[in-house]
Amino acid sequence: MEAATVARTEPKGDELLFVDGVRKYFPVTRGIIFQKEVASVKAVDGVSFSIRPGETLGIVGESGCGKSTLARCIVRLLDSTDGRIVFDGRDVTNLSRAAMRPIRREMTMIFQDPYASLNPRKRVGFIIGEPLVIHGLGSDTEIKRRVQELLEVVGLNPEHYNRFPHEFSGGQRQRIGVARALAVNPKLIVCDEPVSALDVSVQAQILNLLKDLQDDFGLTYIFIAHDLNVVRHISDRVMVMYLGKVAEIASRDVLYREPKHPYTGALLSAVPIANPNIGRQREAIVLEGDVPSPVNPPSGCSFHPRCPRFIEGHCDIEEPPLYSFGSGHVASCHYPLERWPMTPDEMRRAGTRTKQQPEPAEQPEPSEQLPA
Amino acid sequence: MALLEVNGLSTSFRTEDGIVQAVEGVSFSVEKGQTIGIVGESGCGKSVTCLTIMGLNPKRNTLSRGEALWKGKDLLTMKPSELRQIRGGEISMIFQDPMTSLNPVHTIGKQLVEAVLLHKDVTKRVARQRALELLKAVGIPKAEGRIDDYPHQFSGGMRQRVMIAMALINDPDLLIADEPTTALDVTTQAQILSLMKRLQEDFGSAIIMITHDLGVVAEVADDVLVMYAANVVEQAEVHDLFHRPQHPYTWGLMGSLPRLDADVERLTQIPGQPPSLLRPPSGCRFHPRCPYVMEVCKTTVPELVPTQRDADHLQRCHLDEETKEREAAKLLAATMAEAAG
Repeated sequence: MEAATVARTEPKGDELLFVDGVRKYFPVTRGIIFQKEVASVKAVDGVSFSIRPGETLGIVGESGCGKSTLARCIVRLLDSTDGRIVFDGRDVTNLSRAAMRPIRREMTMIFQDPYASLNPRKRVGFIIGEPLVIHGLGSDTEIKRRVQELLEVVGLNPEHYNRFPHEFSGGQRQRIGVARALAVNPKLIVCDEPVSALDVSVQAQILNLLKDLQDDFGLTYIFIAHDLNVVRHISDRVMVMYLGKVAEIASRDVLYREPKHPYTGALLSAVPIANPNIGRQREAIVLEGDVPSPVNPPSGCSFHPRCPRFIEGHCDIEEPPLYSFGSGHVASCHYPLERWPMTPDEMRRAGTRTKQQPEPAEQPEPSEQLPA
Repeated sequence: MALLEVNGLSTSFRTEDGIVQAVEGVSFSVEKGQTIGIVGESGCGKSVTCLTIMGLNPKRNTLSRGEALWKGKDLLTMKPSELRQIRGGEISMIFQDPMTSLNPVHTIGKQLVEAVLLHKDVTKRVARQRALELLKAVGIPKAEGRIDDYPHQFSGGMRQRVMIAMALINDPDLLIADEPTTALDVTTQAQILSLMKRLQEDFGSAIIMITHDLGVVAEVADDVLVMYAANVVEQAEVHDLFHRPQHPYTWGLMGSLPRLDADVERLTQIPGQPPSLLRPPSGCRFHPRCPYVMEVCKTTVPELVPTQRDADHLQRCHLDEETKEREAAKLLAATMAEAAG
């Protein structure tokens, strides 16, 4: 069975970002003067993936699954506890601040809340131009010209250069955030829930803008969201996270058509569909309970207390490795879904059937193709 | 007789900058056991409509017109003491944010018991029994052990369940749910929606569901009101609305929605932003953003009228019906391709 797992792969050289077993533990301390570490919050717990240039990787998961912490580790806003991050052929995991600075030009970030992420006392021109000033890219007049160009690129009026953030609506502010991320011509943009705070019609404007920019400038995105519809729309590949770990990674079409992990299945069936004919026929797989605390994650597979296919004596003891299902599709489940869609009953029954055969006969064959 | 009948409801707020017309001429009725969906973007007046019905707007600067007949009696002109008897009893409300709508310094048990004692002449012991029963009904595990916990000890989904328990504790005839799942994750949302559906079957309450999510509306509502800039722009039975939308704004909403059930290369976006209600546009309020805008739209306010085909499908648009049928069919072909096939 070990043969079916994905071994720690070396970067092949053609990927833009290679993340290998990244962990981020936040200490939980007790005491005021003599602080004693009593536990740790395992926010990100051994995540590995890679991204090719020009690709969009969507990361989905519920609140608290570690997706934002992972993003912050990648752009080095947080230092990871363990693991390796290779960006464009350079290991950036432990670079000093000074050594990191030129690399920061190449990966930027768009934040979730367009109200909190722009300094209310600064003018828009300054906010967008600041990265250029920091990296010493041009004289004042050059920077001003570039900022006005950027405003136009993201669909704002270049004459609004001297306005303050409060004079803009939520959607326009998010455009300012996009312009700032674009200012230094980055290769990678990490978008942390960029449209979650926006209304549907404005959300569509920003999603279209991000797609257009990708086509025009050959950008690579990591797109974090909790909305599976949005992720499906924008991503080439999708990674599902649960409690700091990777549940499943696959290309978009495969993930939404043939999910293997029961958690992915539950997520997909829980999304309301804006079509009363389809939405009402289908029976959602309703998960019991809440996401457990990452301080003390469940033993074995961290999804087992909520999983409809839970097998006692296996799932709660042995942590599932990432099994490969071919062409880069991996999922960490001992009893992957045989087909999709499934009703809640079928999902449970499938679990009991395998229970009678302790050696799961339908284990996927070890795949020759390791995920790219 | 309908349970609740709202006729020509308008609400405006006096602000420092002038009068904000937040709701204008909204009419609908709710029958027993029915679910009404009100959908629209932020600031379209969907929440204010319900706050007005419940008499929860600040008195000082609010002006309401029209009527909201609850079992034949007008809620808007009712004495505050009478209204208090109905509010939380026959009509109750679930708010969007469960953290800010529960009192953080009291245990949830105390808050639930208070809700019972305000409306029923029972002992504290009976009220507590009732509270426990409801906590179990909404699926809080080990309810006996948790009834004396404080709101901060619950997760978001659990807190929303407590809110639902509180709303249902007096067997309301009508439940108004203002974005009850917006702050929650999808799996929790699925739990809460299926819980509400089950409770509606068990208790037979009517529900007004306010949401910005067309997906949620499609799954739970019987009749839908689409609101834009204080007006109802379209009002129809849910299948009719999704399969024969008649208003350009509804098309825009549907087109801008990324979806699981169809591949769309590029979302159709609605240009611009929702207008300010301080100075709403002349004529049709959607005209500055409407791709089908005509001269008449800029000057004349369209009436909310039934379509020729269906007297129950109301819409507020000057476009001729032929064009609308054609455009709606085009939109559906693009977004619901898989659904049709």
